[in-house]
Amino acid sequence: MTLDPVLLSRLQWAWVIAWHILLPAFTVGLASYIAVLEGLYFLTGRESWFRISGFWTRIFAVSFGMGVVSGIIMPFQFGTNWSRFTDAAADVISPLLSYEGLMAFFLEASFLGVLLFGRRLVPTWAHFFAAVMVAFGTLLSSFWILATNSWMQTPQGYKIVDGRFEPVDWTAIIFNPSFPYRLLHNVTAFYITTAFVVMGVGAWLLRRERAADDARTMMRMALDLLILLVPLQMFLGDQHGLNTLEYQPAKLAAIEGRYETAQPAPLTLFGIPDDAGGTMRAAIEIPRLGSLVLTHSWDGAIKGLKEWPADQRPPVGPPFFAFRVMVGIACIMLLIVVAGQVLRLRGRLWGSVWFLRLCQLAAPLGFIAVIAGWITTEVGRQPWTVYGVLRTADSVSPSLTGANVAWSLAFYVVVYLIMFPTGIAFMAGLVRRGPQQPELESPVDQIESGRPHEPFETAARATLQV
Amino acid sequence: MVLDLVPLWTILLGLAVFYYVVFDGFDLGVGMLYGLVRGDAARATVMNSIAPVWDGNETWLIFGGLGLLTAFPLAFAIIIPAVYFPILMMLLALVFRGVAFEFRFKHPALRRLWDCAFCGGSLVATFAQGVVLGTFIQGFKVDGRQFAGTSFDWLAPFPLVIGLALIFGYALLGACWLILKTEGQLQDWARRAAGISLIAVLAAIAGVSIWTPLVHPDIAQRWFRWPNIAFLSPVPIVTALIALAEWEALRRRHELTPFLGAIALFLMSFVGIAISLWPMIVPYRYTLWQAASSASTQAFLLIGTLFLLPVILMYTAWSYWVFRGKARGIAGYH
Repeated sequence: MTLDPVLLSRLQWAWVIAWHILLPAFTVGLASYIAVLEGLYFLTGRESWFRISGFWTRIFAVSFGMGVVSGIIMPFQFGTNWSRFTDAAADVISPLLSYEGLMAFFLEASFLGVLLFGRRLVPTWAHFFAAVMVAFGTLLSSFWILATNSWMQTPQGYKIVDGRFEPVDWTAIIFNPSFPYRLLHNVTAFYITTAFVVMGVGAWLLRRERAADDARTMMRMALDLLILLVPLQMFLGDQHGLNTLEYQPAKLAAIEGRYETAQPAPLTLFGIPDDAGGTMRAAIEIPRLGSLVLTHSWDGAIKGLKEWPADQRPPVGPPFFAFRVMVGIACIMLLIVVAGQVLRLRGRLWGSVWFLRLCQLAAPLGFIAVIAGWITTEVGRQPWTVYGVLRTADSVSPSLTGANVAWSLAFYVVVYLIMFPTGIAFMAGLVRRGPQQPELESPVDQIESGRPHEPFETAARATLQV
Repeated sequence: MVLDLVPLWTILLGLAVFYYVVFDGFDLGVGMLYGLVRGDAARATVMNSIAPVWDGNETWLIFGGLGLLTAFPLAFAIIIPAVYFPILMMLLALVFRGVAFEFRFKHPALRRLWDCAFCGGSLVATFAQGVVLGTFIQGFKVDGRQFAGTSFDWLAPFPLVIGLALIFGYALLGACWLILKTEGQLQDWARRAAGISLIAVLAAIAGVSIWTPLVHPDIAQRWFRWPNIAFLSPVPIVTALIALAEWEALRRRHELTPFLGAIALFLMSFVGIAISLWPMIVPYRYTLWQAASSASTQAFLLIGTLFLLPVILMYTAWSYWVFRGKARGIAGYH
């Protein structure tokens, strides 16, 4: 068997970015949550906000650190494995990537330090301001990286000179057709992911009667946010889908599992895609629903994949199944959130052990949905890196052999399988300690020369000292 | 007419790379020396001397990488695939080193393992960076706009020697940093380490200065042809003077001067390489101007960089100021 450098490079990219994306999926939402908590503490002076903020800041510091470490790897992937893509598209996408780096860098250098170490050094309002700036920085970071990704999905504002993309109109490049939808859909997904983690952790603390008041506050805040965001996300997802129908119809056909054009089109709930045979086996379909959902009319036409030459079709399996996982999780989330609000209205939320346990189980759902959504959109973009213009097969570094990439992929797999579980266990340990009373903390050494042991830990403790 | 931004980007990128080499250089050096230091208290002091600053230093690697990608994408697309495995080694080593920093406090049972990860990560990352530099000076096999060699072209005597040399170079920076940040026995130990590293570094500088012109006639021409030799002879002379001053500063037990001297030695080596290779960014094939991105691309990023860079530098300076003075182990802190 020969090893294909293109396939292995894709697997390597998928591996390093799938782990990396979990961290922003969490930290973007968490940074905003901490900013809200700091704001509430600044306005009310209530100790509870302060404890909860300190608790989550500790966890934020660890996940942010892991995000930086796994993020350093990403820009180099463009060079090591995708040098032809880099040569062709760098004039357009590299400033967007650089702005992402600069902004993340900028926020880390300037405000994260204040957030982590500045509790005793700066007044409350300045600490609140630092928290807002960190949150703003994570959102700016999302802005630029999703602008880059969206341009690869729906490129515009460029001209091709000697086989390379040259920028013509930066506004058109950044605000390309899929960008507003992707940005809103992603950031909302990140907020939902974080809120489910906060709710799950709150439920865990509550079941052990640890810091019960704080845990109830966490759950209340999460439920209030989620009852707004989960339905909003379903609407945004629908809008994003319509945008895909307009600009990337082949991707949409793959998501729908539609090989043959149909008018009116049914909605395929489930089936086993057969790309070679060009047919969906064992399909379970609901007549006309596909037209209704996608064209918002009773007998709209949906193009099937056979409208495109075979070498311009994405594989159906990954987008088809991943999309169903994502939508399924959205439905489960909605049920949980509605159930939670109903229990709360009836005053039975805190006593319903089954619901608290359900919240714990649901804590990682957001992460799974984010990965599923990402598989849907990225595999659905195939066989292109820049949609409709540059092929994935023509993007890979020409000097790489299959064996080269197999080795590097193996190294990344081993290192990530050590690093991420350790980091997650570390964060779980912080959760177990729970929010703590400021007076229970041991005094922190003066931060003069040399940060003391356990920089992140001490930082978090320092935030608990007034 | 469009303003030519290539010189400005060359300067910016040059400064970023030099900043990275000096600052992450000293903390990688401290990381390597950490493995040679005996005793928990001394090790804690060594660790604390870089704890507040190392992550800030490392982010300059991203700035350098993205800067090269944006300003000179052709260079990025040719050089990075050529050093596929050194880059892989460097990235994974930095990952290990970074997480070891935090995790070694969490698992007392595994502390020795994380200590090894910290020290070994620093060593491998340094060696890999040296190999990248060596491969860069060695030059690349290019076909059109693509790297045409194999993923093992870096596995040659010259890059490997530069890899070894950089280990001593960073160790020198790290030892001088420890002289600045520690006292007593540990400082004496750091002074000896700095002396040994200095000798090795000077041998490496001399060796490379002879080796490079022998292998590359163009470089020999540039340095030894009249009148260049008149303009350029101060470079080796000044380097030699700095080396002497550095030796004296170590002998007279100065605290700050050795660190500044080590930076000056790096600066002179950097200038020497720049003179040898100018104006190539993909050595012996593409110039800075040929590899540059479009004027529009360079201008677009320049706006943000000129605004954000001073803020980042001011903040960095402030954070070094906050953590000034001698590092201590803070025994029994828990």
